[in-house]
Amino acid sequence: MNSKPKTPNSKLPGMTLAEKILAAHAGLEKVSPGQLIRVPVDLVLANDITAPLAIREFERIGVAKVFDRNKVVMVADHFVPNKDIPSAEQCKVMRHFARAQQLTCYYDVGTMGIEHALLPEQGLVLPGDLVIGADSHTCTYGALGAFATGLGSTDIAAAMASGWTWLKVPHTIKFVYHGRLQPWVGGKDLILYTIGQIGVDGALYAAMEFSGEAVKALSMDGRFTMANMAIEAGAKAGLFHVDEKTQAYVRPRARRQYTVYASDPDAEYARVIEIDADQIEPQVAFPHLPENTRPLSQVDHVPIDQVVIGSCTNGRLEDLQVAARVLAGRRVHRDVRCIVIPATQAIYLEAVRQGLVETFVEAGAAVSTPTCGPCLGGYMGVLAAGERAIATTNRNFRGRMGHPDSEVYLAGPAVAAASAVLGHIGGPQEVL
Amino acid sequence: MNIARHGTPNSKLQTQNSELKGRVWKYGDNVDTDAIIPARYLNVSSPEELARHCLEGIDPGFAGAVQPGDIILGGKNFGCGSSREHAPLAIKGAGVSCLIAETFARIFYRNAINIGLPILECPEAVAGTEAGQTLAVELATGTIHNLDTGQVFQAMPYPPFMMEIISAGGLIEWMRKELTKQP
Repeated sequence: MNSKPKTPNSKLPGMTLAEKILAAHAGLEKVSPGQLIRVPVDLVLANDITAPLAIREFERIGVAKVFDRNKVVMVADHFVPNKDIPSAEQCKVMRHFARAQQLTCYYDVGTMGIEHALLPEQGLVLPGDLVIGADSHTCTYGALGAFATGLGSTDIAAAMASGWTWLKVPHTIKFVYHGRLQPWVGGKDLILYTIGQIGVDGALYAAMEFSGEAVKALSMDGRFTMANMAIEAGAKAGLFHVDEKTQAYVRPRARRQYTVYASDPDAEYARVIEIDADQIEPQVAFPHLPENTRPLSQVDHVPIDQVVIGSCTNGRLEDLQVAARVLAGRRVHRDVRCIVIPATQAIYLEAVRQGLVETFVEAGAAVSTPTCGPCLGGYMGVLAAGERAIATTNRNFRGRMGHPDSEVYLAGPAVAAASAVLGHIGGPQEVL
Repeated sequence: MNIARHGTPNSKLQTQNSELKGRVWKYGDNVDTDAIIPARYLNVSSPEELARHCLEGIDPGFAGAVQPGDIILGGKNFGCGSSREHAPLAIKGAGVSCLIAETFARIFYRNAINIGLPILECPEAVAGTEAGQTLAVELATGTIHNLDTGQVFQAMPYPPFMMEIISAGGLIEWMRKELTKQP
């Protein structure tokens, strides 16, 4: 396994991690921001909402087979288990296509999970990979030192047929997080704080590179959460360097070779943003943009109707462990519906084994099979007019979780779980 | 204006001679794809069905009042959020001829090009145009003419590679052409 950082070519000016991965795939010694390149992809992804559209376009191209049945991944996760007849029809299109094309990586009820938790867990994405997915949160895999970005269904159809795509090389913004995290502060709080600082278009078209001792201290689950929300700052990708934690995560899962890339010391960044992470409190993003963040201490009394703990952002084991620590021996407030959604079957099973599911059920929470459902107002927790939710999800746009007159507040699992007990937005310190 | 998607292989985005002309609908910054087409409607994907709910999240009156050829103006970061191609499809299905914004979110921008929906970045045109006015847009040159005020604005030109996709009528048509080139 080639896991040593590549030595930079001394004759050429330095490149960032994102540029290194793109250059290697383009077969070029050097790429620069703004350059248009054609690149082969290591993996192409679609889900039950975006795949049917991609399949329709794929069939218009006029090729019979996908470029590689091992590299086209389809996951039924958004409206699955089927929420209604039209959704069932869409899923059927994807199922039949997956069977006809003999896709080796097709995940349905019973094996599925939320795609961006599932693919790393299954070892399908590895460091140095170039991955495109018909889902905006494809950027999650940047936590593994891969370049991963979301595209639309037509781009995915073209890549399903050819194995290639075109990309504009993004400029890189480097974020350096100094210091040690306060108790109950995690990856979600760091990324919400960052988006609050730079805005929802603060990294438009850029690659965000996350570094510094505070993020090195994060678990892989915390890093996935941060990379996942790079898109909420408008970014094309959000990347971490591979370290011993990444290697420990990847090694038992990898079934093929991978390459570790690292930014050159003389890499050029569009901006470098330094952040004192030890000053950061748990964060809450107010409606209706992820940039409307406030530290928890500046949140007034906000009563809530629903709590959602899950999604591709925060449905991993560590998130459930944090929520369970807060909920253990306590009851969900009588006026609150608390919905907990493990992101994959493996996470679900581990949550059962560790007694987390028992904790949630005893606290009065509903525990669901993996689904994206409520995050996008699909099902399994849609809000009525005037209702308010705090969620560990990624977007709080108007109407995101249901009625246009409902409200979503974003936070990490500790604040979400504490709020479920309190009946209003608050932190673990108020309940423990 | 003949935009290819479900049309014949010969139908093309006419970038040379045609002029887009329409009444303006104007919105602010960060119009997200949930506002353009809420996820509860993503269990269908035909442009006509999606168009019935177009912009429902921020302007419930839009879908019923939009006329073929109308033009949408947006502020910064138009189309942010989900990668759903259903968003530009809904706008295209509603008969909108052109989208102009200060900036677009990158996935939305790419999706619009891929499905043959004309899309231009021009902060000056957005600042200098009010809702209800009429704009005439010449895609080949990127010229935007406000017919009410007489002002003329110049949009950012497309990179040559993107112009190839646009001229082909969208990404799929471009690929079909590429495939026929190969021996």
